[in-house]
Amino acid sequence: MEEPRIGVFVCHCGRNIGAYVDVPGVVEYVKGLPNVVHAERNLYTCSEEGISAIKKGIQEHNLNRVIVASCTPRTHEPLFRSACEAVGLNKYLFEFVNIRDQCSWVHMHEPEKATEKAKDLIRMGVAKARLLEPLEEIEIKVTPSALVIGGGVVGMGAALNLAAQGFEVHVVEKEPELGGTLRSVYKLYPTNEEATKVTNPLIEKVKNDPKIKTYLSAKVKEVSGFIGNFDVVVNQDGEESKFNVGTIIVAIGADKLKPTGQYGYGEMPNVLTQLELEERMKKGEPVGQNVVMINCVGARVPERTYCSRICCMTAIKNASLIKESNPKAKVWILHRDLMTYGVDFENYYRKAMELGVRFIRYSLERPPQVIGDGKAEEIKAYHELRREEIELPCDMLVLTTPLIPAEDNQDISKMLKVSLDEFGFFLEAHLKLRPVEFAMDGIYICGSAKWPTDVTEGISQAYAAASKAAGPLRMGYVKPEAINALVNEDKCSGCGICELLCPFQAIELQPRDGKRVSHVNEAVCKGCGTCGAACPSGAIAMHYFTDEQILAQVEALFS
Amino acid sequence: MAEKETTVITEAEKILDRENIIAKAEEVLDQGYDGIIGLRKRWGHVSPYLFTTKDELKELELEPRYNLATFVRQLKNKWPDARLGIVSRGCDERALDKLEELGVFSKEGVVFIGITCSMEQAEECNCEKPIYTPLDCTGCWKCMEECPKDAITRINVCPILVPDQFNLGLGQRKAIYLPFPQAVPKKNVRDPNHCLRITEKLECKGCENACEAKAIVHDMADQIVDLDVGAIIVATGLDFYDVSGLEEYGYGKIKNVVTAMEYERLTSASGPTLGSLDRPSDGKVPHNIAFIQCVGSRDFRCEPYCSSVCCMHATKEAMMAYEHEPGTKSTVFYMDMRAVGKRFQEYIARAKSDYNVTYIRSRPGRIEVNPENDNPIIWYEDTTTGEIKKFEAEIVVLAQAMIPQITKDLAEILGIELDENGFVKTPGGFLQPLDTTKPGIFACGYVHSPRDIPDSVTQASGAAGRAAEEIASLHSQGGK
Repeated sequence: MEEPRIGVFVCHCGRNIGAYVDVPGVVEYVKGLPNVVHAERNLYTCSEEGISAIKKGIQEHNLNRVIVASCTPRTHEPLFRSACEAVGLNKYLFEFVNIRDQCSWVHMHEPEKATEKAKDLIRMGVAKARLLEPLEEIEIKVTPSALVIGGGVVGMGAALNLAAQGFEVHVVEKEPELGGTLRSVYKLYPTNEEATKVTNPLIEKVKNDPKIKTYLSAKVKEVSGFIGNFDVVVNQDGEESKFNVGTIIVAIGADKLKPTGQYGYGEMPNVLTQLELEERMKKGEPVGQNVVMINCVGARVPERTYCSRICCMTAIKNASLIKESNPKAKVWILHRDLMTYGVDFENYYRKAMELGVRFIRYSLERPPQVIGDGKAEEIKAYHELRREEIELPCDMLVLTTPLIPAEDNQDISKMLKVSLDEFGFFLEAHLKLRPVEFAMDGIYICGSAKWPTDVTEGISQAYAAASKAAGPLRMGYVKPEAINALVNEDKCSGCGICELLCPFQAIELQPRDGKRVSHVNEAVCKGCGTCGAACPSGAIAMHYFTDEQILAQVEALFS
Repeated sequence: MAEKETTVITEAEKILDRENIIAKAEEVLDQGYDGIIGLRKRWGHVSPYLFTTKDELKELELEPRYNLATFVRQLKNKWPDARLGIVSRGCDERALDKLEELGVFSKEGVVFIGITCSMEQAEECNCEKPIYTPLDCTGCWKCMEECPKDAITRINVCPILVPDQFNLGLGQRKAIYLPFPQAVPKKNVRDPNHCLRITEKLECKGCENACEAKAIVHDMADQIVDLDVGAIIVATGLDFYDVSGLEEYGYGKIKNVVTAMEYERLTSASGPTLGSLDRPSDGKVPHNIAFIQCVGSRDFRCEPYCSSVCCMHATKEAMMAYEHEPGTKSTVFYMDMRAVGKRFQEYIARAKSDYNVTYIRSRPGRIEVNPENDNPIIWYEDTTTGEIKKFEAEIVVLAQAMIPQITKDLAEILGIELDENGFVKTPGGFLQPLDTTKPGIFACGYVHSPRDIPDSVTQASGAAGRAAEEIASLHSQGGK
């Protein structure tokens, strides 16, 4: 191996690092480390200036290892790797040291210690970089079709977009018909169009599209494989279909909270949820002369802290519809903050006030009370602006409840090996930068399965997820990371522990020269290292994280 | 136009000066380089040639169209250690750059002797970049370094100082400047409204004299580029509502009343104060900050809509103040706290519990100044008690309304409609949320509707998906 020539680029990240870590001091220190032939600092190493500094550094100093000490590999590693590649340095000769999340952010109030820790971490990075070796990536073919789980309006939107781009799509819907939640919704804000007028043409289009195959009353039973080559088993009425897809979109929507035990729900016949009210209005059943609605029932409370985004507008819509069909009716909305963000919602809210819908603000400290024997007859509430207790006559009490994670979320997250967030909704790869992707390659998320969304937002997300899912399909191939497990067959005893433990089913035992040895499917292996840690004979090494490299880091830490 | 073209030729001729180029080539040979690669004319034929003696250089040819890149690459591959001079035009060097990007060529040991092509030659080649030098701005910013702020009296650098609009006028910049610290490409630009040379007020050569790369060409003109595309995406973003018309808040008159964007620049490491929150009146760092929400938003006199992102950015700004200066107290005056995104409610809760942020539901009526310390005093109604109260802060941050950034001209050129608030109009219908009123044109981000970053990024991918659909259908119809 040629003598390592390491270049270290330390980033100020504006004030993010520079204000807490003594960056010039760190650079001086780093210059004295073994094999470091160049060290410099940049205001933002990720800026164009920083990237050209890396390229220039590699060329001028003939660097064969590059270290950037900055923020997080999660967002910036690809960028710095590609800078190395651009000037002919294998990207696996790049090492990332995170001195923002691990130093300046967590030790904001102890800058000296933050600086010392930055030096330690870079010293460890240098120790590892000296032992890095170039790795090559394999190319995997992609099956040009997709699976959409969920046949609601969002899933159908995604499927149609993919089909229009020329790809085959399998749509799996657990109910006997397409349409999802919108099947029980009456009208849609902000245009008050009937939900069926939106869903019916969409369902027709999906059914008639030759590129889309729909499975109704069906569940995805099993998914194995990896981006480009997912093997899918669908169970439809006991019959199994198997097919192969390149990418997967999750669009399974959400459930509505049933507020049993709150405000008489489940005990009093005239206490409904908004969705039950809509079903009633859809059938043309009377709703009464005095209607009271209570918002945030089961939302923005200690046991469920989040705001479900769409409920304020749902309440205002239903209140407006009641007033429009019966101007003499009295409708009150008891609310907390009103989430009518944007242009259309704010207009809609104003129009509701003009229609005569009454808005009364309540606080969590003094929630409304239901008065009545057997049924809700009167609602007592503290009117915050008037600063007095008021009593509202009530023929019907409508509770506005949040969307909650669908029951299937757990199963699907396990099956696809994607994560859920702390609320139980699906967790996107990055809240801001990768909002419709999962951390797992080739799987995408849209609609209320990720976070409560209305129809227009959900459809926008559907197109976004379809756009992302179409990328690999159009490309025709993917190149997974070369960071994966490597088996030394001579050492392997064929015990099979690795096969058992691998969370990605990437390992299988194969016969070799009369014995069974562990074999790693590079395309499936995610480089998690579980097998390497577990192997009793030390036969499994991780590319880019070899024992030698990690021990060198540990030694560097305590040297 | 005709006049400008003549000057380009004059400029070009100057650099084309044979004597100059040969002199440079000789200099390179003197420095011990192995040779000069150029074109040689012999017996009426022109071909690439490696000049190794000064004598041969009289046969150097500068005009005909031969790209030297292949020849250079072959030579370098054969003799990787050779040190060579290359008489190169813009196209030669761009080609070599590309080869280098592909990893089949290295610029090491190579020195470029740049030449600019004549207008005739450029026309023959249908070349857009006949001038060698502008491509050569290395971003060394020597022109800026030579240009300190007090340089107004110096004649060899840019004498102009104007308010820096990227920092919202909080700092100053030259008439030759970097638009903002992370600009891509990171190259200086000249301000056509203030540059003495461009505005023809003075034959100023300040920056030209300082620039080592000779990258400043005074006679460049705008180019019109024709693009043939199957779909268009409008993503022109947002602008800010001018809140100086809202006299009750005294913006523009009361020094320590700033907009949220100004506050962002003041707290930014690349801002005019390098990240120190120096309040405008006396440069002191405030520890008692008030935020007023919905300034120009949800207001019939201004913009009736909700700008959608201000609740969250005010909260973030308050938290940032605390991170910069622990102990800082922030008070947010709001109407509705619209925290509807993932983890937003929890973010607000954290601001209250860990960052000393208090939220008061009220729309303040007026701001006065405490003449003793320049502190703004906010008059507001406490809606929980009905009392009129006042609140003194060291600085007040106004969450100014945000407006779509698209001109009527651009909308007209595109043939798309805007709504009464100036946002791009959608054709209606739930299934075309990112379409405009013209097929094939899509919109996303704030110009489409008030959106935060996650929603805008989602819309961006969505609009790209719709555009891909459009292009796929063009393909299946067999062309455009």
